[in-house]
Amino acid sequence: MPAEPTGGALLLSEADIPARPAPRDRKLPVIPLGIIAVFVLVAILAPLLSPADPHEQSLRNRFKPPVWEEGGSWKYALGTDRLGRDMLSRIIWGSRVSLAAGVLAVLLASAFGASVGLVAGYYGGRVDAALMRMTDATMSFPVILLALILAVTVGPSFTNVVVAISVILWARYARVIRGQVLTLMQLDFIAQARIAGAGAWRIITRHLFPNTLNTLVVLVTLQIGYVIILEASLSFLGAGIPPPTPAWGSMIAEGREFVTSAWWVSMFPGLAILLVVLAFNLLGDWLRDTFDPKLRQL
Amino acid sequence: MDGVSFSVAERETLGLVGESGSGKSMTCLSMIRLVPRQAARILGGSVLLDGEELLTKSEREMQRIRGRKIAMILQDPMSSLNPVFSIGMQVREPLTMYHGLRGRALRERADELLASVRIPSPAARLRAFPHQLSGGMRQRVVGAMAIAAPPRLLIADEPTTSLDLTIQAQYLALLKELQERHGLAMIFITHNLGIVSRLCDRVAVMYAGRIVEMGRVRQIFTAPAHPYTQALLESIPRLGARRDRLTAIDGQPPDLATLPAGCSFAPRCPHVMERCRAEAPPEFTAGPSQMSRCWLHAPS
Repeated sequence: MPAEPTGGALLLSEADIPARPAPRDRKLPVIPLGIIAVFVLVAILAPLLSPADPHEQSLRNRFKPPVWEEGGSWKYALGTDRLGRDMLSRIIWGSRVSLAAGVLAVLLASAFGASVGLVAGYYGGRVDAALMRMTDATMSFPVILLALILAVTVGPSFTNVVVAISVILWARYARVIRGQVLTLMQLDFIAQARIAGAGAWRIITRHLFPNTLNTLVVLVTLQIGYVIILEASLSFLGAGIPPPTPAWGSMIAEGREFVTSAWWVSMFPGLAILLVVLAFNLLGDWLRDTFDPKLRQL
Repeated sequence: MDGVSFSVAERETLGLVGESGSGKSMTCLSMIRLVPRQAARILGGSVLLDGEELLTKSEREMQRIRGRKIAMILQDPMSSLNPVFSIGMQVREPLTMYHGLRGRALRERADELLASVRIPSPAARLRAFPHQLSGGMRQRVVGAMAIAAPPRLLIADEPTTSLDLTIQAQYLALLKELQERHGLAMIFITHNLGIVSRLCDRVAVMYAGRIVEMGRVRQIFTAPAHPYTQALLESIPRLGARRDRLTAIDGQPPDLATLPAGCSFAPRCPHVMERCRAEAPPEFTAGPSQMSRCWLHAPS
């Protein structure tokens, strides 16, 4: 290529410098977003999409294989379970339980946890010490055990699952947000706000909280996947969503005894869990890398 | 900190100079009762604003004084704005807080405020975020927020330390201009004696948490009374001075936790006397409206 006649050889044009993609220009994670969108739509439109009533039993049609296997039919595209219920319909309805439990528990946990973290980090001293000991104690308590206790004492239900999960999970948020608040408190704009006459409430809501939102969004996304697995585990153990409500976890449990003869009963709900959780995790990773590479430890 | 006593009048600028850790910032923070809880406590004394005692006010009353009556500009423009809000939102916040402005009046006032700190094309800047502005610009925004009330007293804590020289000069001129327009009393914290001589009317020199000398700028610069001030002035380079070396002050500033019994400058003082090591000097008159905390000026 001939040298530029004017402008001097030392001047680099914009095109000569390899541009590092700005965070906002990074490609959206289309596949995870797509998977999540599909599952959300399926959950919302379950009554329209499901080909059959997920509760309807048909003992004559027990353990029908999926359509592509020998003996399968389009009437039961993904086969039937031990009571002859349509697997596809049950998975479609089950998405409601999983997503609702995941989103609800995480929202409750993050709202409470973030508040605790903000208050602890802002006030410091004894308030901080007390709240953080509470957080440590909570974190050392197994979620599954608490859910089992709740299931045994008050009986298993959707509410109990959400409560059990969020009662334990908030601690994570409290700890992460508190750490961030401690860093923020060292910055001059907090001092400047105080000098300008802002009180505790104003500083927490207008200055600290907005600066922790990035972290919060990343953590929430990453945890939805985890909570879906938790809910499924609880349902699998019988401490979660009680039958006959279709839930992916309990569906896996029901198929457990027949894995060798009717693999599809456990396999398809398992696949559904895998897809959703993977999608949320990938989305969370992407959000984390985009918002703030410093958050790698989350 | 002990025995720090001064007053600033309307339209007057008091320079507060001293080495790092001599208590300049702490003095000012304690005036608005915002000393860091772990490090310090206010044990006693008196802070009067327009004749009102601030130390006995409740925290709620203090919140109404901070920003509205006493404003402060901090040193680091890089972190003194909230990174997640636009300049506009941050400039509007004190206006809503102090004057309850909203809607169109609010937007117009925010525009005016930014224009008054000489920010070019304020309307466009209002939409920018802090990271898109230079240090000088940000410090102007901080200045705009500080005079939003406008306050009676403006404390500037080394506001130009992190700006480059030409921007420094512009910013100082701006502060002067704002002071005149709003009739502010101003306390200027710095360790730059050059700025003091240009900007201030009076100056207080702090050493180890005490004001060791205070007086009019002219007097302090031409006839410094306290040995510490003398040493401080010796250590700055001057144009045309025939000197090969700058004089440094021997020794280190004392550890504030273990202050010597007598005068805290005694270990480094060239004029040290027996009395200095035993007894801390009170305030002496060293000249017309010039105070010095040194036994040299004890009336004999």
